[in-house]
Amino acid sequence: MTAPRKSLPVVQGEAQGEPEPAPGGVTRRGFMRTAAAGAAMAALSACGIEDFFRKSFRELSKEDVKALLARLEKKHSAKYGKAVTMAGTPVLPGVEFGYGLDLSRCVGCRRCVYACVKENNQSRSNPQIHWIRVLEMEKAHGVDLAHSEIYYEAAEVPRPGHFYMPVQCQQCRNPPCVKVCPVQATWKEPDGIVAIDYDWCIGCRCCMSACPYGARQFNWAEPALPKEEMNPVTHYLGNRPRPKGVVEKCTFCVQRTRAGRYPACVEVCPVGARKFGNLLDPQSEIRRVMDTKRVFVFKEELATQPHFYYFYAT
Amino acid sequence: MRSLLVLARRATLLAALVAWAPALANEAPAGEAKPPPVPEKPGHFEAQPPPFSPGIFPCTGCHTGPGDKTRRELAFHDDVKFEHDAEHRWCLDCHSNENRDVLHLSNGDPVPFTESYRLCGQCHGDKYRDWRVGVHGKRVGMWDGQKTYFLCVNCHNPHSPRFKPLTPEPRPRRPEEMRR
Amino acid sequence: MSGILDFLGGCARLVARGNRAYYAWLAALAVAILVGAVAYAHQFSTGLIATNMRDQVSWAFYVGNFTFLVGVAAAAVLLVIPAYVYNWGPIKEVVILGELLAISAITMCLLFVLVDMGRPDRFLHILPLLGSPNWPRSMLAWDALVLNGYLALNLTVVVHILYTGYRGHHYDRSFVIPLVLFSIPAAVSIHTVTAFLYNGMAARPFWNASILAPRFIASAFCSGPAVMIILFQVLRKTTAVQVKDEAIFKIAELMAYAMFVNLFLLGAEVFKEYYSATEHLLYTQYLWSGIGEHRALVPFAWLALFCNVTSFLLFLIPRTRKSFITLNLGSLLIWAGCYIEKGMGLVIPGMTPDTLGEIYEYRPTATEWSIAAGVFGVGFLVFTILVKIAVPIMTGTFQKRERAGEPEPAPAAVP
Repeated sequence: MTAPRKSLPVVQGEAQGEPEPAPGGVTRRGFMRTAAAGAAMAALSACGIEDFFRKSFRELSKEDVKALLARLEKKHSAKYGKAVTMAGTPVLPGVEFGYGLDLSRCVGCRRCVYACVKENNQSRSNPQIHWIRVLEMEKAHGVDLAHSEIYYEAAEVPRPGHFYMPVQCQQCRNPPCVKVCPVQATWKEPDGIVAIDYDWCIGCRCCMSACPYGARQFNWAEPALPKEEMNPVTHYLGNRPRPKGVVEKCTFCVQRTRAGRYPACVEVCPVGARKFGNLLDPQSEIRRVMDTKRVFVFKEELATQPHFYYFYAT
Repeated sequence: MRSLLVLARRATLLAALVAWAPALANEAPAGEAKPPPVPEKPGHFEAQPPPFSPGIFPCTGCHTGPGDKTRRELAFHDDVKFEHDAEHRWCLDCHSNENRDVLHLSNGDPVPFTESYRLCGQCHGDKYRDWRVGVHGKRVGMWDGQKTYFLCVNCHNPHSPRFKPLTPEPRPRRPEEMRR
Repeated sequence: MSGILDFLGGCARLVARGNRAYYAWLAALAVAILVGAVAYAHQFSTGLIATNMRDQVSWAFYVGNFTFLVGVAAAAVLLVIPAYVYNWGPIKEVVILGELLAISAITMCLLFVLVDMGRPDRFLHILPLLGSPNWPRSMLAWDALVLNGYLALNLTVVVHILYTGYRGHHYDRSFVIPLVLFSIPAAVSIHTVTAFLYNGMAARPFWNASILAPRFIASAFCSGPAVMIILFQVLRKTTAVQVKDEAIFKIAELMAYAMFVNLFLLGAEVFKEYYSATEHLLYTQYLWSGIGEHRALVPFAWLALFCNVTSFLLFLIPRTRKSFITLNLGSLLIWAGCYIEKGMGLVIPGMTPDTLGEIYEYRPTATEWSIAAGVFGVGFLVFTILVKIAVPIMTGTFQKRERAGEPEPAPAAVP
């Protein structure tokens, strides 16, 4: 049985200690590795055969990851005509991300939806992929999904008598998607983010059936990402351009958050409805939210235990 | 000496005004403002600059000394729609009569416009308490490092604080609208 | 080695020769396969956007067909149980045909999975050693294992029986019987694992019901044998294969009981939803009475129920069971009823409304119909080829000749 490493190897010279080798990884893969020697890999990379025999990302050695990232940077830089960087930043020590969403504040303006798209390089059309979906519901009925509306159009929001609930990947502690993936293309990182290796996903969409929050989206076609709109600062597990036929979702802007920055949706919200921080830091805003506000979890009865908390500040 | 200080403060604020001109809109930009290099002191928050209307500051440009304290309709600042407990308060309950370049707390202590949150916090204590720790309002920057706070007044117009409705971004495409 | 080559050569000759009806049948299958291949080429290059599946309904026609065909494959066991566990002669003679059906059905299942994948070029990722299968947590990884295992099991038994039959020997009992008996839990396992695939999803209340696995088995035991009943009659008329009437009637009787269980479980499910009337009722309601103006599935739901109840009665009442007209009508009805139930009656309501309450009414596109036709064409072709080889061996006309002039050996002992 495959037992991939939990955290990613260090790349780009960040000294964080030697990661331990994958248990049994060398012997099991020994044949494959010697068969696909470095020179052969370089020669074959042009026709993509190298990708066919590649290992899962979590089982790659430090050098292989570095080489892989460099290769992808080159490929995307050529495709999009700009200098694309791709990080493989691992988990920050002592960090467990938490997200708070203030339902008493959200006005349904959807600025978060489009800031996310701008930051994370989603397909713009056919399919149009949004990692965040905002539900409009009536205050009189509370959270009643059967009568919610995602496609609301209004001259102004909030519409009287309505409230708004954005939904994105809840980064569950007990993620049903990770449980059902047949190839371990998605897994839970120690900092709470549920990651996807877009180059390992086989596109079976089991995870999409299993997700109770509709948080996962599929690249039904080759993604339509215009060159001028492409965000060149990417992370392997986050916002790098995805290929056709794989699943994607919110990653708490791993390319930003593992560099210490707020996610794009948090920064753009004009009413301050979004809170983000380190759950392990008692002084963080998210911990303050949980200590002082009425917090609840979406579909709690499914025991997914998300890292995403809804609350009412007032 | 005092006039030199006033001059220096004017110059700094004017420079800030010019440097952060895009931030003057009532809506928050998407994390483009760089935090000022001043280190964080207790009780002092790295914050966005106050959203002055162009040319309105410094007030002492027109108000050279204390003015008429009588509550009345003003001739000049008639573009200000005052809807902030208008029944019981008027301009000079927040703006200092002696020095129009500052605000004042209820005990008379002056408060610069860059620290207007202290004034708001006098009545809205729960919001101020939440704002200080980032639970209310907005902060941009580093979740584990330097942040820039948005002042109360960056989101709430102090004269008419109720949030105005926004125009929403376009709705998503329905699944049946995505064809190849 | 030369014996095997002779055997293969003989098989090829058998398959290539036939009457006009046979060639017409092959031509029709070829057309279907070609249409499917062209459609799949389009889907492969454009992406799954060529279907009508979207994020809101991300499993649909292909997966529905897959689910139905797993049931058909499992149904071979309905022949195996009376044949080997109860040692009932009349069915024992024709068990191999059930196994041939199982092989064809599994082939179609695997093809439907392949055409549904977003990245079929990455199928290696589910293999052990070369990939990283998610055992033991992922039901789909289990499904890949049991389906291929069941296919291998059936292939082994069939090849052994046919080859020994060709050689004029009796098959090795000590080899075949244990495998055949093992195929009983194996068949139950393939459909139970497939049921668990749906069952385990807490996000989909319509599927997340304990009753799903038993219902799958019950409806599987209805659908597969329906094909056998019709096939046996065809073979009796066109070849020398002997199938006793009582074998056919016994299969129909067993199907009636299976259908009773299926209907009972359906009733239990419907009662639970309508009586407790929680928010989960929404999915069942969408299926049987629609939600607002969204009523696309309603006619199909009631049609399937009508087909199932009618066929149940036709198979239950001895007079209609033993009359070939009503028997065949019942078989067609049961096939239609189970097909609708497993596809439109299971996959779509599980996803409509979706997890955030949105209703997207799905209908297959022309591409999906074409690809499905192609897959069924392949499956029927595989079945045709296998039957074309098996029947002459069973009746003793396809035998290994050691020397010219040797007396014709006795007809092969059929399993």
